[in-house]
Order: sequence, then C-alpha cells, then structure tokens
Amino acid sequence: MARTDVQLMLDVKAGDQQSFELLLRKYRTPLVNFLYRMVRDTAVAEDLAQEVFLRVYRARQEYAPSAKFTTWMFRIATNLALNSVRDNRHRQLEISMDQSVDTGEEEQRAMEVPDRAPSVEQELVARSRSELIMKAIHALPEKQRAAVLLHKYQELGYDEIARVLECSESALKSLLFRAYETLRVELAPLVNPTVRMNRAPADRSGQPA
Amino acid sequence: MFSKDSSKKQCTALENKLVEYLDGRAKPAERHAVEEHLSGCASCRLRAEEFRMVWTALDDLPEISASPAFDASLRARIAAEPAPRSFWDWLPSPRLAFAVTALLVMSVWLSSVPRVTTHPSMISHATESIQTSKVTAESDFGMIRDLPVLENYDVVSKFDALSELPGPPTASPEEVIRETR
Repeated sequence: MARTDVQLMLDVKAGDQQSFELLLRKYRTPLVNFLYRMVRDTAVAEDLAQEVFLRVYRARQEYAPSAKFTTWMFRIATNLALNSVRDNRHRQLEISMDQSVDTGEEEQRAMEVPDRAPSVEQELVARSRSELIMKAIHALPEKQRAAVLLHKYQELGYDEIARVLECSESALKSLLFRAYETLRVELAPLVNPTVRMNRAPADRSGQPA
Repeated sequence: MFSKDSSKKQCTALENKLVEYLDGRAKPAERHAVEEHLSGCASCRLRAEEFRMVWTALDDLPEISASPAFDASLRARIAAEPAPRSFWDWLPSPRLAFAVTALLVMSVWLSSVPRVTTHPSMISHATESIQTSKVTAESDFGMIRDLPVLENYDVVSKFDALSELPGPPTASPEEVIRETR
C-alpha cells in the first residue's frame, strides 16, 4: 500500500532519506512547472523549486501534519515565487529608470509614435499558441496567477488554495472568477476567434485584482 | 426596469458560483441554481461556455521537465546543510565538563566548611579584647558609683538631670549636602 505524503514526511522526520527521494520524485515536475509559470524563467524556477525542497528538508524535525502536505509545500512555493516576482519587478524598475535617464530622447520619441503594438491576430502568427497562453497567464496579477495555477494545474481544493494564498474561500472564488474573466478576454481569439472580431473594444477591458 | 435590475443582480451572484459549477465541485443546490439562471440568461451562458473553452485552451500549455542536474544539485545543497544537533551535541566538551564539575564540587565543599576559624593568634587576640573590655566596664562603674547625683533619689527616678547632658554633635546642612555629593 502506497504511503501518503504525510506518512512519507513523517518517515523523513524519523531519518528515512528514501522517503524524501520519493517526495522529490513525485513533486519535482509539478513544482518546477508551477514556479516556471509563476516566474516565467526556467533557471529561476528550478532554483526556487530546489529552495522549496530544501526548506521542506530543513523543517523535517519540526514537521507536524496539521495540514495536507501539498498545502504546506505549495504555500512555501507560492511565497517564494511571489517574493521572486516582486524582487524582479523592483530590479526591472531600477533598470528601466536607469535606461530612461540614459535614453531620455528615445523615450520621448517613442511616446510621440502612435500605438504600434501588434494586434492579437499578428501575435498569433508570430507566437505559438502556448506562448500566447503563457503570456496571458503571466499578465495576470500575481495572486490571481497563483490561484489559477493551483486551481487549474495542481487541482487543489478551494480550502487548500485559500490556505496557500491566506484568504477566505469566498475571496478565492471571487479571485478565480476575475482571473478567468481576464483570461477569457485575453484568449478570446484562441477559444473563439469570431468572438474577438465582433467584440467592441470596451468589452475587452480586464479586471485587475 | 425591476426585472432588468433583478437579472443583473442574479448575474453578479452567479460570478462566485460559476467557477465552482464548471469544475464540478458545486453542491447540488448551487448547481441547480446556476443551471436555472443559465437557462434564462444568454450572456451568462455565453460566458460559461467561453470559460470552458479557456480551460480547454489552458490544457494545451506544455509541461516542462526539470533539468537532468536538478536532483544532483539539490542533493549537493542538502549535503552542504549543517547536520541537525542531537541531544548529545548540546553537551559540552569533556575538558569543559570536567572543569565545571570540579568547580561545583569545590563550591559545595567550601559552603559546607564552618566559618569560625581556630587560629591560635586569633584566640589570644580575642582573650585580650575580653580582658580590656572588662577593665573598662569596672572603671566606668567606679565613676558612676562616686557620682553625688546618685544620692538624690528624685533625680535618679525622673531622669531630668540627663537632659542637661550635652547632646551628640549634629551635622550642619552644608555638611549633609557635602556628604551626598
């Protein structure tokens, strides 16, 4: 009979390294994918996934099965991912501020040019389907992104996701609705190409968190 | 007008239930309520249909695999971790343990030894002190015995005469302030 995650973790606590290897094998890919979809950088995602396993290993002596193992593990992963995204955003902001000082003239010229962003139809040509989906997920506010990833790909229960994101279940359901509503608008040409062609621009506004 | 507002309210109420309904986790009563609303609201029906299509599209996102070096790198990081301290690790080194034990034994021994010393020089000094105090007491008694005031019983019983004796020297305020400095 297969041991549960909690049982495996209790065995790790008792000093069984093999149980840790089993947990690593089971959650390596889900964790790397979750983190990759959160931070959109393979190297950073792997580094963060290792950090999650390392923290799980470090905490083995104090481990008490008060919640599901996946809730605990994804809570660590989500916190690490959110910190990484925020740190990266600060770094990007600093870089862009430096660049704006250096290339003030170019910025000015760019502001004068009308919006030349490619349309979604052009993007569809230029990028693959998965890239567009990835971009739409990454455009979500971080908490909405984490909620969608945990709901859609990890298939955690509402109570579990609410615990991971430290919010109430009703707040989570509202968060998920807003996230899927934004994705519905952003991915409209993918799911129903005729919808976007006929939709007025006012209908396409997303709803941030 | 009323029916329009009522319908809008129902659409808003559906928002928090729609995801739960679509992923099949809604309770039977909620599922029934959502289905009833969807049957009469074309915009919510369209939205629900598009939500389903979004979910299907999200399934197309390919999974990535961890790099082959992932496990080895993690094992190296774990190996670099300091080992957890067991109970025995909290014990001091044998040399320190011996020193602490010796100190404890000495303190217990010292506290059990009586404090009165019996050194001969100290005994002779104590005897001399007793003899000196005895001589002083006798001379004081002789002086008192010769005092004529003792013949007057009233003076002795009222002790008024004692008030005439000079009091102890008192310190001036300046001296007190000087002492507190």
